[in-house]
Amino acid sequence: MNTPARGSLLGIEHLQQDEALRLLKLARRMNPQKPRSLLRNRKIILLFYEPSTRTRSSFEIAAKSLGAITTLVQSSGSSIEKGESLLDTGYTLRAVGADAIVIRHPSAGAPHLMAKYLDIPVINAGDGMHEHPSQALLDAFTILKHKKSLKGLQVAIIGDIVHSRVARSACHLLTRFGAKITLCGPPEFVPEVATTLASGLRISRHLEEAVRGADVVMLLRVQKERLAGQKISLQDYIAHYQMNAARLKLAKRDAIVMHPGPIIRGLELTSEVADSPQSVIVDEVRSGVPVRMAILARALGRAK
Amino acid sequence: MSRQESKSLLIKGGHLVDPEAKINAPMDLLLRDARVAEVAPPNKVRGGADEKFDARGLIVAPGFIDLHVHLREPGQGYKETIASGTAAAAAGGFTSVCAMPNTIPIVDTDAWVSWLRRPERGAVVNVFPIAAATRGSRGQSLTDFAALQRAGAVAVTDDGKPILDDEVMRAALRLGAELNLPVVQHAEDTRVTEHCSMHEGPTSFRLGLRGMPATAEAAMVDRDVSFAQQIRESRLHVAHLSTSDALKSVRRGKRARARVTCEVTPHHFTLLDSDVGEYNTNFKMNPPLRSASDREAVLVAVADGTVDAIATDHAPHAAQEKQVEFEHASFGITGLETALALAITKLNREQKIPLARIVELFTAGPARVFDLRGRGSLQRGNFADVTIFDPKKRWTVEAAKSRSLSRNTPFDGWQLTGKVVGTIVGGKIVYRAD
Repeated sequence: MNTPARGSLLGIEHLQQDEALRLLKLARRMNPQKPRSLLRNRKIILLFYEPSTRTRSSFEIAAKSLGAITTLVQSSGSSIEKGESLLDTGYTLRAVGADAIVIRHPSAGAPHLMAKYLDIPVINAGDGMHEHPSQALLDAFTILKHKKSLKGLQVAIIGDIVHSRVARSACHLLTRFGAKITLCGPPEFVPEVATTLASGLRISRHLEEAVRGADVVMLLRVQKERLAGQKISLQDYIAHYQMNAARLKLAKRDAIVMHPGPIIRGLELTSEVADSPQSVIVDEVRSGVPVRMAILARALGRAK
Repeated sequence: MSRQESKSLLIKGGHLVDPEAKINAPMDLLLRDARVAEVAPPNKVRGGADEKFDARGLIVAPGFIDLHVHLREPGQGYKETIASGTAAAAAGGFTSVCAMPNTIPIVDTDAWVSWLRRPERGAVVNVFPIAAATRGSRGQSLTDFAALQRAGAVAVTDDGKPILDDEVMRAALRLGAELNLPVVQHAEDTRVTEHCSMHEGPTSFRLGLRGMPATAEAAMVDRDVSFAQQIRESRLHVAHLSTSDALKSVRRGKRARARVTCEVTPHHFTLLDSDVGEYNTNFKMNPPLRSASDREAVLVAVADGTVDAIATDHAPHAAQEKQVEFEHASFGITGLETALALAITKLNREQKIPLARIVELFTAGPARVFDLRGRGSLQRGNFADVTIFDPKKRWTVEAAKSRSLSRNTPFDGWQLTGKVVGTIVGGKIVYRAD
């Protein structure tokens, strides 16, 4: 077994702080409006075992903006449907000439398995409930457009933390830069063990308490597809944890509202909040492209 | 491996540790016609021998007994065969192994129990079949315990799965009591462990894996011990016990004089859930590696006598069953060839548990659990099953050199202390270290 190829991005947990900083700096110089040929003729495979709109399209546009060739392989309509193992799929894609693989997979650790056996960079585009590193980087990138620094920032992350790879990656990244995070939700969504993920995490069961004085309010989707056996009443959730205009007023006046998408209006947030001037939800999607350009440039050794 | 035919064998110059016979002293040992003929102080054995085994500087112990192995036959010979699994057992110092019935098909008839014991299987150590407790191990209707026992089954279990239903478990214990047959429980409330692939705790949260709570084991052991207390003469054996709370229930049962026994595995007293690292599937087994406090409780119970036996839960799997997504990887690791060294390294050298206690957990302890008469001690007239080992020898585990057909061990590359030098079954040397 090998260590992952240079340029791989499997998670935030083991990403050095200076590397994260370098990626964010690099992203600021990337502009999809001005295509570059840094990765001309490099072949990037987008291997998606789960549905995705934002992540997939922004990785694709990021790759193409740098001149790379992309191929999308999805679980349906490929040999994966015929029972090909993840590793064999990896070997196959390597053999057709992939220079890097971007993988989205419902099983935690799937990108790590790929990276252990392949000699090309593997980029984690979301693995089960584990991590979603490019999302955390684009969130940090977005926050830094509105706030001077992450240090000392009060961040409230509200909702289905336990099933959320976005939350795990965000916790690792934001606390590493000195943000203070309050995780908020019912025990089924925010178990006590969540605070062991990183230092600088605390839990609140009360939305009002979590939001009061916050600089950043990050909402998460209730992931019905990962709710295996848990009985959560959506009505109760809405009553206690839905973000509405009145509750948002408890945050700092210049607080921003974030959500990794897809948003379910009327569930974790009201349309009023989603469309308010404080909402940077669409901005996050926009940030996804330059951040993923930076990730791909780094992966293929062109992080100049 | 050498298999030498000779009528008598003198093991000379060794230090005999036989806890059942309360011997811990230099002794010579004469084996004749597959039995122990004489145990005597150095140079006091009368009469000659066809062959000698020089055991100077070595520990001579009753042959080790493993209550829990998966030999994978019938049906999964690509993972292991009875021949390869018992060769690994011999290399690990085990002279007797108890084979679990979760094969394909499930060993739930006397015909399959007999099949396992036939010479054509090529076993190099004694194989004692454990039969399924319910038909197809589906947990619904009991198998014919009496017929299985007559065919040679030493216990019944649905291992791999629990006997979940209260009434079925009570019925199994009742029937077992009538026949003096132990019921072995894989204690896991599978209603709360669905889709789980490791212990529930900070590591499972960090890795985004669904975790099995410790209570899934403890609650079932608690229930079973209560049943064992209620049903006179019933015999409950808790397989691969891994949690602190389950040990409390076992202690409660033992204090109440119920016939409750338990085994622990080397991996549970050595490793922690956090050792799973970045999704290393060779650290995935069921029950899973637990928290530090669970491991601590297991170590205490090993020392204080609550634990009756060390069992490996040797569970070989092919590479393609482990080189997959963690959630999809098969549960289980190999263990026969590393058990003694882990026990010496972890229990003796690190925890200062006396060597005699460790030997007891490999010999007299397991022999009592399944009533393996004439084994577990080297008193005159007993079976000539002997394990000879060097408690000080340092060596490095090399998975690639395993005699098992599979390589799924978490201990590859580990430096351990304590190595088997010779394994003797029925007076014949079945393994000798190079």
